[in-house]
Amino acid sequence: MSILCVAAGGFLGSICRFSISILFNKHTIGTWIANLSGAILLAFLYKWHYNEVIGELVWLFLGIGFCGAYTTFSTFGNETLNYILQKEFGKATIYIFFSLTIPLLAVYYIF
Amino acid sequence: MQTRISINLLLIIGIGGMIGSTLRYFISLILISPGFPLSTLTVNLLGCFLLSFLLNIGNRRNLLSPDLMTGLTTGVLGSFTTYSTFVVEAANLNSSTTTFLYIVSSLVGGLLCCYAGFKLANRRKVAT
Repeated sequence: MSILCVAAGGFLGSICRFSISILFNKHTIGTWIANLSGAILLAFLYKWHYNEVIGELVWLFLGIGFCGAYTTFSTFGNETLNYILQKEFGKATIYIFFSLTIPLLAVYYIF
Repeated sequence: MQTRISINLLLIIGIGGMIGSTLRYFISLILISPGFPLSTLTVNLLGCFLLSFLLNIGNRRNLLSPDLMTGLTTGVLGSFTTYSTFVVEAANLNSSTTTFLYIVSSLVGGLLCCYAGFKLANRRKVAT
């Protein structure tokens, strides 16, 4: 049952991430928006799960499945590497900076 | 990457997402390490390497259809790795040193793994 919840969340999460990347056309911004919004949602879910507002299956479905799949680290890494390989170090730095600071600040604020 | 959307493509990405998240969940059940989120680090680094390899080798050799390729990259590997868990874990670690170590190892390790995938894909391209 827990695996089904994770898989169902992963199904929806990956489709949502793909749709957002198409919507924003510029892929780094799409990835950034997905990663930020996913991190914010997960922070709330984590808090609710910790305080037992939501049960284990909801956590597995929305937290591990949906948020986990909706956000992505591999695309972030590859987009950053592409900037570096194209010698666009400024863009790489800005992308890393905003990907780290804004989501972390948002999550700290929610906690 | 292509931008043509069809129900088929969405389904392929969704199924890829199911596989990727289930694998990530399994690894989190196997790799238990109190105090440091080793399982998230593992999936993220491994996913970085594999995605970079696939993206760099896939476009040149048409072994897979474009839809299947998107299913593997955006679907499976995109869902296998996770950013939200990384951020929430980083914010939750009990010492700022561990948080710093976790962020640096994810970032530097991730970029190195991407570079390794890129290098390996390009070496193969020359060889074949």
